[in-house]
Amino acid sequence: MLDVAQAVEIDSVVKRYGTVTALHGVSMAIAEGEFFTLLGPSGCGKTTLLRCIAGFEQVSGGAIRLHGEDIAPLPPHKRMVNTVFQNYALFPHMTVLDNVTFGLLRRGWGTRDAEARGREVLRLVQLSEFAQRRPGQLSGGQQQRVALARALAPRPKVLLLDEPLSALDLKLRQAVRSELKSIQRETGIAFVFVTHDQEEALTMSDRIAVMSAGHVQQVGPPREIYEAPQTRFVADFIGETNLIDVTVTQVSGAVARLQLPGGAAMDCPAAPGARPGPGHLSVRPERLSLCAAGQGDLAAVMQDHVYLGTDTQLLMRLADGARLVVRQQAGSGTVPDPGAALGLRIEAGAARLLAD
Amino acid sequence: MTDLRHFTGFRPLTVLCLFILYAPLVIVAVYSFNESTSITRWGGFSLKWYVDVFTGPEAPKFRDAAINSFTIAIGAATCATLIATAAAVAMTRAGRFRGKLASLALINLPLMVPEIVTAVASLVFFITIGLTTGLLTIFLAHVVFCIPFAYLPISARMQSVPDVYEQAAMDLYATPWEAFRLILLPLMAPGILSGFLLAFIISLDDFLITNFVKGAGVETLPTAIFGSVKQGIKPNIMAISTLLLGVSVVCVTLSWLIGRAGQKR
Repeated sequence: MLDVAQAVEIDSVVKRYGTVTALHGVSMAIAEGEFFTLLGPSGCGKTTLLRCIAGFEQVSGGAIRLHGEDIAPLPPHKRMVNTVFQNYALFPHMTVLDNVTFGLLRRGWGTRDAEARGREVLRLVQLSEFAQRRPGQLSGGQQQRVALARALAPRPKVLLLDEPLSALDLKLRQAVRSELKSIQRETGIAFVFVTHDQEEALTMSDRIAVMSAGHVQQVGPPREIYEAPQTRFVADFIGETNLIDVTVTQVSGAVARLQLPGGAAMDCPAAPGARPGPGHLSVRPERLSLCAAGQGDLAAVMQDHVYLGTDTQLLMRLADGARLVVRQQAGSGTVPDPGAALGLRIEAGAARLLAD
Repeated sequence: MTDLRHFTGFRPLTVLCLFILYAPLVIVAVYSFNESTSITRWGGFSLKWYVDVFTGPEAPKFRDAAINSFTIAIGAATCATLIATAAAVAMTRAGRFRGKLASLALINLPLMVPEIVTAVASLVFFITIGLTTGLLTIFLAHVVFCIPFAYLPISARMQSVPDVYEQAAMDLYATPWEAFRLILLPLMAPGILSGFLLAFIISLDDFLITNFVKGAGVETLPTAIFGSVKQGIKPNIMAISTLLLGVSVVCVTLSWLIGRAGQKR
């Protein structure tokens, strides 16, 4: 990572509103040409961080470097970053083309050059025929693309996107995802994308920063975030997971030895920061399989099931009363009767000890 | 909730109220077309009193007064609109600042203070600072009481323009001034025009304050009409009142239509 040029460096950024702290010294680096996602529930500080990068919020501490230059003290109009707003904020009294050339003209481009560049960007988002329309005459999806074109036109060093897909309906959202991703690849501009939608984050991002309560929980590629969560928050927030109470007997490097409920011992990968003592093991429901009672890693009793089409959710209870969910793919095996005693096998390498 | 229309006596009460409110206006308007010199007996249709307003013995007086009235109304409404726009920007965009509530109260105070008090106070003030009463004092007094009327539609409009537009403009390299001029101002234009028209008509119609601060020999239309009436009501007064009523109705309707068109967008 070190030899890759950094587009944005967030260095110990603190943001306070009066007595409330929205960002507790957040740090991360976003590489040139990267699709970087800030993911978290509402109120986690992801939008605040984006607004700090854009310049709509003044940081209370720390630095934000854009290509090495600290931009934290600059007003928004002096930062070479552009934003796609949640509700697009297209200027209603201007045509689509005037919206798109607005930033270019402010940057001192000539009218003709600006118009040529504006039409080029509109071609990129496939809206050439709509150049003379007003934003009010466009559909939500078209407005979203105008907002994207407007923000891309001045060739910003970084593009900020504030939940740009949340106002679209589900079908359109899925189509726009791949479009957005391909535009990002085509332009080579680093995207900082804010969302609370984990599916959006997993499908589009090169890397994800999971945030909670003003802290960065974990930064990594989607696969790592999903398969190797480090904290309970990340394991719980991304996808569905089973958190099993375990006793950690030994941690050596990235491997821990622990005792499962019921007494069975196992070795598994441990997140950095895991310590001996009581801990939590995360196992995804699809990485658990059924076996006969007395076998496997855990003893469970079948409670109920939920049919979901592509798969079936089996709701289980452990001897200590903890609930577990097992995902069974459609057509693979029969659904046990309620009350049946079973064994559960954890797929090798699928469990992970969390740092808590 | 029970529909108001189902209360006993709702309809006759409504008719009575409307009658009391508008019958005098209708009578003035109708009798301005009266052939006879009487203001109570109908003598057939005629436009002669309208001709009289423009060419009769009192025509020069009314013409001068009308020029004064319109000059003051346009000037005062323009100044009041500028001040009200600046006030609205501060009140809706500057966030919280010390004395915000006090400022809001101060802007709207002229609506609450009895007009006669403002009139007396203005006159005393002008005399104290040694300003000779005349067109200038009328103009200054009008600017002051027009501000809240201009402020109301402008701030209402501005509150309906989310500040994300200005943020988007600044994100696209517009300086704060460019964001105001290119984005906020055009979006606020309907409110500003609406506020201007309202201020204009309030200034045009004012009698009480004008009468106090106008000084000898300077007349506006309302004071000129009042002066005429003191020598007995002639139908030409009705004609000129009807004309003034027409201007008022047009301005207020325009102000309302522009405001509404702005809201819809």
